[in-house]
Amino acid sequence: MNQSTRICVVNSELGNVGSVYNMLKYLGIDCFISSDTKEIFNSSHMILPGVGRFDHGMKSLTYVGIDKNFILDYVSNNKFVLGICLGMQVLCLHSEEGTLDGLSLIDASVKRFEFDSSIKLPIPHMGWNSVTPSSQISLFNGFNSDIRFYFVHSYYVSPSLPNIISGTSHYGTTFCSAFSSGNIHGVQFHPEKSHKLGMQLLTNFSQL
Amino acid sequence: MYRLIPSLLLSHRKVVKTVKFKNPSYVGDPLNTIRIFNEKEVDELCLFDINVSPHSSPIDFEFLTEIASECFMPLAYGGGISSVDDASRLFQIGFEKICLQSSLFSNLDLLSDLVQLFGSQSIVVSVDIFRSFTGTPRVYQSSKSRRTRINAIEWIKKLLSLGPGELFINSVDLDGTMRGPDLNLLNQLSSFISVPLVYQGGISSLNDIKSSFSAGANAVAAGSFFVYNGPHRAVLITYPSRDKFASLIPSSITNV
Repeated sequence: MNQSTRICVVNSELGNVGSVYNMLKYLGIDCFISSDTKEIFNSSHMILPGVGRFDHGMKSLTYVGIDKNFILDYVSNNKFVLGICLGMQVLCLHSEEGTLDGLSLIDASVKRFEFDSSIKLPIPHMGWNSVTPSSQISLFNGFNSDIRFYFVHSYYVSPSLPNIISGTSHYGTTFCSAFSSGNIHGVQFHPEKSHKLGMQLLTNFSQL
Repeated sequence: MYRLIPSLLLSHRKVVKTVKFKNPSYVGDPLNTIRIFNEKEVDELCLFDINVSPHSSPIDFEFLTEIASECFMPLAYGGGISSVDDASRLFQIGFEKICLQSSLFSNLDLLSDLVQLFGSQSIVVSVDIFRSFTGTPRVYQSSKSRRTRINAIEWIKKLLSLGPGELFINSVDLDGTMRGPDLNLLNQLSSFISVPLVYQGGISSLNDIKSSFSAGANAVAAGSFFVYNGPHRAVLITYPSRDKFASLIPSSITNV
């Protein structure tokens, strides 16, 4: 680690900044909230929280000045990005939920859960569910067998290639619940709402 | 995907409990109560401020901020939400879901607008239901303590057509009574509902929770069951362990 950890929780009105910030503070991790790109750049890690619709999220990011180049610049400076829920989805190419392009940093599209009539599962996927991590993924270090997080979403990320998938979950179908591509990570679930397990994950992220 | 949700009523920054939606009695301090649920790592928590709509009071954002800062589990809030700005502030503070009821009687556009902006997964509609003397489920307008003649099933169908991601139903007749859930209502609703369905009203035992799941609830919410203990209703916060909870899930569901 050649820089001390300082996490910026991006406030682009994408959602529940407060919860993420509160958990980081509880963990004693140095963190701040900002919607100013200069201030954001002045951090070692960035978290994009997410509650809302895809287009609304993209518009908010554009308004704040966060685009593909900003993030590429950020990670090329040995910094790390974590997208949570909608924050994970906006990193992708596009979404069935919206008409705007995503940040296109991750070669994936975002799809809606669609089940045929034999699967009687309500949509959105709402509640606690297990995550099966791929091997050697540092975000899931330190977990014993019981990896469960809180999910609340109707859309999920569908990567073009499986190599970036760092965690999968099952809800009527197996889907990508976490990805890692270089310094860019995304999780579909809400670590900030997942008690101790979420704390472990955010701690792991802070230690990248 | 089954959830067990403590449902707390707030009035003037206190936790209260009603019986049949009347006579709120003091249960305890919200922050303490929530801290205890936080420690017990509950699935989710619902907070309803029953004071806002009836008195057209402002939403107590300051207090909700304090509450949200204590919680590392999913939070839903209902009580007097009447604008996009209200919703936006609640999400910023840290609530995952917001729950609409009173505003729906006068402004269905708000529901559509909120779903459009924030996505269905963030928006819950809540319907309080009583049974008429013929047994027909009808809508109770809590903000006015009024038994309407609106057919609950029709009202629910109308609300769901506007895209919310979850339906929260509360049995007025069974509220606070711990006399068991209205399984007939659940059976009827689950036959046509495709979004998650939360049921509250009358839960008195783990068996009640199990039968509610079997009758079609995706989540069971309870007030009295989690905050009272024993025949004299002493205040004691309880929540079943994960193992106990696992035994309540219908065995026909295997892969979720």
